Amino acid sequence: MSNPLYRRDVISIGDLSRTDLEFIVNRSAELKHSGPLPLLKDRLIASCFFEASTRTRLSFETAVQRLGGTLIGFSDSGNTSAKKGETLSDSIQMIASYADAIIMRHPQEGSARLAAEVAGVPVINGGDGANQHPTQTLLDLVSIAECQGRLDGLSVALVGDLKYGRTVHSLAQALGHFNPTFYFVSPDALAMPAYIEDNLTAMGIHFSRVESLEEVIPMVDVLYMTRVQKERLDPTEYTHIASQFILKADMLSHARSNLRVMHPLPRVDEIHPSVDRTPFAYYFQQAENGVYARQALLSGVMNEAIELPFPGGR
Amino acid sequence: MSAMNRDKMLVEAIQSGTVIDHIPAGKGLTIIGRLQLKNAEVRLTVGLNLPSHGGGLKDLIKIDEWRFTESDAAEMALFAPRATVNIIEDYRVVRKFPIGLPERFVGVFACPNTNCITHNEPVDSRFRVLVADDAVKLKCHYCERAFADSLFIEQGSL
Repeated sequence: MSNPLYRRDVISIGDLSRTDLEFIVNRSAELKHSGPLPLLKDRLIASCFFEASTRTRLSFETAVQRLGGTLIGFSDSGNTSAKKGETLSDSIQMIASYADAIIMRHPQEGSARLAAEVAGVPVINGGDGANQHPTQTLLDLVSIAECQGRLDGLSVALVGDLKYGRTVHSLAQALGHFNPTFYFVSPDALAMPAYIEDNLTAMGIHFSRVESLEEVIPMVDVLYMTRVQKERLDPTEYTHIASQFILKADMLSHARSNLRVMHPLPRVDEIHPSVDRTPFAYYFQQAENGVYARQALLSGVMNEAIELPFPGGR
Repeated sequence: MSAMNRDKMLVEAIQSGTVIDHIPAGKGLTIIGRLQLKNAEVRLTVGLNLPSHGGGLKDLIKIDEWRFTESDAAEMALFAPRATVNIIEDYRVVRKFPIGLPERFVGVFACPNTNCITHNEPVDSRFRVLVADDAVKLKCHYCERAFADSLFIEQGSL
């Protein structure tokens, strides 16, 4: 089975077509059911975290090791020559000469795109400042497909900080390939930016703004919650406004039976722990899928053709 | 004498080089700033607030011994999108073309995002030009943010 990702850089969700996204979603489900396969055997992957990140780094490194690959790298820039003033371009060229692929996170926007231009091996973006974090979106898609049995034609509410949240911007863009209906639920000060709405309009995607969380719950298949950060709002308004975007179990009494609640984690108080015990909670399964989505991506980037024991997947 | 020639005679004629005409009044100094960034020794003759034959006022710049290419002209497009460029040889206009917005700006402007990697690395800035509903935005190839043209016009007048 050939794949569309072989030797590609994965920097921005916009670089991935519907075919690419479907490939990763299907491959992820296959790998979840097949158990560990040696798809990265004899491959050395550099895991370069110029900025610390527990969840992203550990899930990438788990994915590499589960597929039989080996790792070099660092978990923050404190002990690297970046500290001595070496440019990122020089660091990446050197690392690219050692490893078969580079996974990187860096605090500056555009760093991953620059790295991909100077590296002779594929670069996978694990987050570049406030810009892109494509593998978060991939695991979101994998989880949505898993809990809904499809990606096409879903009703999806995006809740919380829609202005600054790169997660919801990328998810909206990626789901845009699958004819969704979106509901945006946020404080006015943190509404979805006009350029995202313009893009969706240009793609022919239906979306609307909804005032309250309770109102949107009966209308959707996926309730995607994000955190409203204190520092984004006027402190006197924060307590009042943030409480309107907190999900509690009793608010789900009119939900569709297939509704699933998702969250990129870590959560603070926007999902009350009472929701954890309902059949609607899906955020921990979502986090687990981070490993399978990254396995799917890495196996595609590193192998021209793959024979799986379960062709066709789910 | 034609209207165009009369305008041009208001500032000294050049033997060879480029005349940028129909610059919106007030934008001439910005364009001079950009020209001097590209070539500190460029020899210029300038007319500001000249009468424009469509009514109103315009600026006009004559540049000695530098025949603009389309890409030289495109760099000025954000500041004077409706200006025209006249290439002069032996005191005559031998070529004339409108300044047009290019598809891309490479190495022309600094990215307004101070956390963009281009500020710290040996790499040219790269922007794609997006035009929608008469608004012009430049989208950074690296940090992927899109900025209104006014942010770059401010840079130009530094």
